[in-house]
Amino acid sequence: MNAKKQRRLAFAIAILVAGFAAGALVLYALRDNVLYFYSPSDVQAKHVTAGVNFRIGGLVAIRSIRHGTGADVSFAVTDGRATVPVLFHGVLPALFHEGRGVVALGALDDTGVFTATEVLAKHDERYMPPEVVDALKRSGRWKESE
Amino acid sequence: MTGEFGQLALCLALALSLMLAGSGLSGARAPAALARRVASASALGMLVFVALAFSALAYASIVSDFSILNVAQNSSTMKPLIYKITGVWGNHEGSMLLWVLVLSIYTAMIVFARRANERMTSAALGVQGLLAAAFLLFILLTSNPFTRLDPMPFEGAGLNPLLQDIGLAVHPPILYSGYVGLSASFAFAAAALITRTRDWVAAARPFMLAAWIALTLGIALGSWWAYYELGWGGFWFWDPVENASLMPWLIATALLHSALATERTGAFRAWTLLLAIAGFSLSLIGTFLVRSGVLSSVHSFASDPTRGLYILGLIFGAIGSALALFAWRAPSLEEGAAFAPVSRETTLLLNNVFLAAATATVFIGTLYPLALDAMTGTKISVGPPYFAITFAPIAMALLLLVPFGPRLGWKRADWRAALRTLAPAAGMAAVASIAILAFTTPRTLAGAAAFAMAGWLLAASIIDLLGRKLHTAGTIASALAHAGLAVTLIGIAGTTLWRSEALEVLAPGETMYVGGYALRLDGVVGDSGPNYQAARANIAVLRDGKVIAFMHPEKRFFPAEGQETVETAIRTTIINDLYVALGDHRDAAHWIVRAYVNPLAPFIWLGALVMALGGLAALWSRVRRTQTAPDLIAAPAE
Repeated sequence: MNAKKQRRLAFAIAILVAGFAAGALVLYALRDNVLYFYSPSDVQAKHVTAGVNFRIGGLVAIRSIRHGTGADVSFAVTDGRATVPVLFHGVLPALFHEGRGVVALGALDDTGVFTATEVLAKHDERYMPPEVVDALKRSGRWKESE
Repeated sequence: MTGEFGQLALCLALALSLMLAGSGLSGARAPAALARRVASASALGMLVFVALAFSALAYASIVSDFSILNVAQNSSTMKPLIYKITGVWGNHEGSMLLWVLVLSIYTAMIVFARRANERMTSAALGVQGLLAAAFLLFILLTSNPFTRLDPMPFEGAGLNPLLQDIGLAVHPPILYSGYVGLSASFAFAAAALITRTRDWVAAARPFMLAAWIALTLGIALGSWWAYYELGWGGFWFWDPVENASLMPWLIATALLHSALATERTGAFRAWTLLLAIAGFSLSLIGTFLVRSGVLSSVHSFASDPTRGLYILGLIFGAIGSALALFAWRAPSLEEGAAFAPVSRETTLLLNNVFLAAATATVFIGTLYPLALDAMTGTKISVGPPYFAITFAPIAMALLLLVPFGPRLGWKRADWRAALRTLAPAAGMAAVASIAILAFTTPRTLAGAAAFAMAGWLLAASIIDLLGRKLHTAGTIASALAHAGLAVTLIGIAGTTLWRSEALEVLAPGETMYVGGYALRLDGVVGDSGPNYQAARANIAVLRDGKVIAFMHPEKRFFPAEGQETVETAIRTTIINDLYVALGDHRDAAHWIVRAYVNPLAPFIWLGALVMALGGLAALWSRVRRTQTAPDLIAAPAE
């Protein structure tokens, strides 16, 4: 009986300690490593601080894609109400086109240009990232037929 | 015709699954021998009709029967035959049908493997029948693959070209074998609770092992596919969909270890039951995450809220009733033998604590963004840094303990003797870390730690294999599985810590440099495949001024789907991968070329293979043992 209780206690203590340790790690990690998603309107409305990483999503603005030297490229992300210029150095995904959905990861610089470290496009012709759909719905640019 | 035939087969399978549920559960009572026979027959009948329905869909896809909506939306006449077949599960409806097919196969295996307690087996069949009925109903109500399309189009919309790849073609069946395999241990756990059977683990263990092996291989295959097909050079992105498959694997690993103790000494009896329930619950949650369209990924075929709601209801139903059953019956479970603080049981306990904690961190990182969005509308994403901080330390602590388990005896053990046999492993760890610090650039402490850990694990496995006079299959299995962990760790550390990367715009004749190699673009030519056009680069690889190889990365355009894919070229020496992807072209002559040198990358998947081999060794010895000596299986406790 005693051994049984002891073992139960050991088990409970082990679970508690592990739980607290994992909980502390999770809280610590969530404090600094969460990326917010903003639509271009959000970016304008919320005055996101320069240098803070976040994800931006919307449509690639028509005739906004400009290729610079090397692998530099610039384009603009729009949700119909607001537009944010984006700079990127790298390979654009195969499904990146004007007028199509896009999500970019990066931060604003002091001049309000979004410097992207990663650009994601939707996975196929029929599919839109849910965040982009949501952003477009909020700005009233979403048609169910799309 | 094919459509009606498939539809009929599905309806009959549903009827049989209901019959299986009813007869199986009533067969859990002692005298109901007839019910048990009916249950066995319905299980086999269900397999036959699900297989017929699946074949009907495969046939429709092969002959391009576009009068069936599913085929018209996901296939085309231009598609090669192999992808017409594998494309059957490359969409939501077909993949759910595959899910039920795998479930039916496991159910039939329970019938044939029946050796243990008849009543418990019958109850397990009944639970499988309930699950099959729920999923068949889901298919018929919300995701019918045989829905008609009128008028019939001349050409189908084609399959997402990303999925037209042999690695990804076999990934779903293997991963499903893992996901659904956990349903068998779930069913046995529930059956043990229903029939108050004490020794249920022996009957369920082959299914746990099979599920774990399949999950290991399925996850490795998915990661390998992401590595060579997506063109980003990475192997794991902590994408929610990847996490959805990792969580059941972590719990299945915990289950295998805790079941070991339960079977041997009766320790952790309630906990093992709980893990069996949790493992399958996470499979269901994974299915929900992946199929409901709440996540954006290559796996989210279509978002339809009714489907998500149905699966959510199914999850709550299954998990809720299993937990209720557990709460009702588990307190009456008799405790196993006591064990000392230094014993194999303690190491297995710690293994489970760490694995459960690791699962919890992944679970929070995966579901917290979804919960936050649902409650406040704030959209966030949790990326790799979160998992690096939470998952990695827990995993490292667990790995540090791994070598102790196999060399401590049950109930009471001598830790000094265990430490003595581990001295060479500690030496190996020290040598590995010093070698890393001395010979690699950039010099990283993380690298030294990872290699110390890998050396520690590998040496301990080798000591296990060499040092004992008598080998049991269990020793070999655990040594292999633990060595596989070390091999994977080496690959992960090498690739993430010492990768070199280059991105250049090249015209023919120009050269770029990455990690000691020079890459000269000789030209880009047009090419065409059965259902795509391609731009194919010819790149000469030079080392010390001499051409050592040619590589041909491609960009493919699929007209039927209106989509492009990247075909990377990978040249591997096992020690490192030279990885080249062709990007956009800037004008007629200039192309973006992205290249990586990923040191030790192949070890990631090699390690998974070794782990699976360990699982196979355990499974093989288990199956052989039950065949030669059925009386070794514990008698039911009435």
